[in-house]
Amino acid sequence: MTALTLPTIDEEIWRYSRINELDLLRYRDGKAETVVTGADGIQKGAPGIAMMSDPDVFATINGESPQVTALTTPIGGAHPTMVTVTHRITESGVIARPRLVIDAAENSEIVVVERFISDDDIDSLVLPVLEVHAAQAARVTYLVVNELGLKTWQIGHQMAVGERDSTVRLFTVALGGDYARMRAEVRLVGQGASAEQTALYFADGNQMHDFRTLQVHEAPRTHSDLLFKGAVKDTAKSVYTGLIRIAENAGKSEAFQTNRNLTLSSGAWAESVPNLEIETNDVKCSHASTVGPIDDEQRFYLESRGVPPEVAERLVVFGFFEDVIARLPESALLADVRKGVIEKLGVRA
Amino acid sequence: MSVLEIRDLAVSVAGNQILNGVTLTIRSGEVHAVMGPNGAGKSTLSAAIMGKPGYQVTAGTVTLDGADVLAMRTWQRAVAGLHLVMQYPTEVPGVMLQEVLSEALAARGATKKPLDDLIEAEAERIHFDRELVRRAVNVDFSGGEKKRNETLQMAVLQPKIAILDELDSGLDIDALRDCTKRVEDATKETNLGVLVITHYSKLFDELKPDFVHILAKGKIVKSGGPELADVLERDGYAAFA
Repeated sequence: MTALTLPTIDEEIWRYSRINELDLLRYRDGKAETVVTGADGIQKGAPGIAMMSDPDVFATINGESPQVTALTTPIGGAHPTMVTVTHRITESGVIARPRLVIDAAENSEIVVVERFISDDDIDSLVLPVLEVHAAQAARVTYLVVNELGLKTWQIGHQMAVGERDSTVRLFTVALGGDYARMRAEVRLVGQGASAEQTALYFADGNQMHDFRTLQVHEAPRTHSDLLFKGAVKDTAKSVYTGLIRIAENAGKSEAFQTNRNLTLSSGAWAESVPNLEIETNDVKCSHASTVGPIDDEQRFYLESRGVPPEVAERLVVFGFFEDVIARLPESALLADVRKGVIEKLGVRA
Repeated sequence: MSVLEIRDLAVSVAGNQILNGVTLTIRSGEVHAVMGPNGAGKSTLSAAIMGKPGYQVTAGTVTLDGADVLAMRTWQRAVAGLHLVMQYPTEVPGVMLQEVLSEALAARGATKKPLDDLIEAEAERIHFDRELVRRAVNVDFSGGEKKRNETLQMAVLQPKIAILDELDSGLDIDALRDCTKRVEDATKETNLGVLVITHYSKLFDELKPDFVHILAKGKIVKSGGPELADVLERDGYAAFA
């Protein structure tokens, strides 16, 4: 591995993170076991499309020897099946560098699910990179599910670029990992482009989930909508920091950003920092952020009907996540997501 | 036959003594109205009976058929047969009525089948919009819809004693009639005992009280029959404040 200087928590984008605990020398080169299904006819052997404008050190490490899965849709074609890309990390002490490239041609459509899986005793580091390019009027739906074990680290980077009138929908479900971080960025570069970013995350034990989002509007009449909802339990932690940046030429754009967090134990901790950078007046923008425990009034209301406290907690937490779950693309994985949340709550279904 | 006995109940909220020894006995089939001016402690009485956090019982007892209600957690009080119809029902985002009732019945060891049909039938009976049954509880409901929803839950759960905290606040005349009529019917059909807390006797058009109690400064200062409500209607609370 080349000599690279790791960032420190003194840098704003690494603030609150666990980057100081990382020792790259603990890991040797390794691979994820990657299985792709549903991609007949659109999987190309080509390397990434190298559009990442501002890679951080981990995206750079990924780029040195990436395990590329490249999906390219033909112009005007709606790919008939959901593509599933499953990465399994099966040995400890390795760095895996999966890189998924989704290149959607003009007016094409594709749905992709990417899963990251490891067992609880796998002490490894995954550095995933996602690159999405949606050409004019293309429609890309992407769901990533983090099912990593409790010793596995993830430091990932997503970058999506939307051309004119394209629609990009990026979904994240994060239940696993020891320290699991994702930078999730969308750039809307064509007039009328639209992006949606949605995440559900739930950390318990000593887990930490860390999200840094960026919504960049670089063309007029672009639209972005972000909804991230998380829960932390036991002594788990989560971080959300998000920035909406609207360039001077992006008039009549709309950008929304909402991050809500439930703290389910007194020892759990969540940070939420929304930000706006707007260089033109002619836009509609909003951001909202909350961190707090289950509302006492909601708890009392349900218990006053005769619902036991642990069931009331399950109902309220599922209720909290309901609008996120409702947005997720139809997938057989949804049942697993619900089961994962129930297991974290430690109550009967 | 069930009996809710409240004896010398004293309650403080944030260090302020609100109730100073309230004694009431409510039996199955009876309707007791507790009336009083703002600040008399009416809502504190209902909150303390259900065990709402922040309401400190400093003296007295509450028993349901001899069982110590104050020793129970809130959900156990409900399972034991108490039901609170709230003045301001709480919005619970993402949680459906059907889920709440299903869990509430499961805690009672009762699975009413089919629950959906029962909910539909009760909704129709009190003119509660069926679409709202499939929405998150109380979220964006009007005042009348919230009270209909509360009444529907009471009807499905069939408590022994219902406590109605200002059922008449924030709803229109039609909703008030539907809700009070349903409670009155329950006193006959399932022998429901009722403690109804209110400012106004308007509520008594459909729900006929057997006893009226005047609560002022944290104590019951006068008890009587339904005629006492007529006195209040005419003279106001000035004589008791």
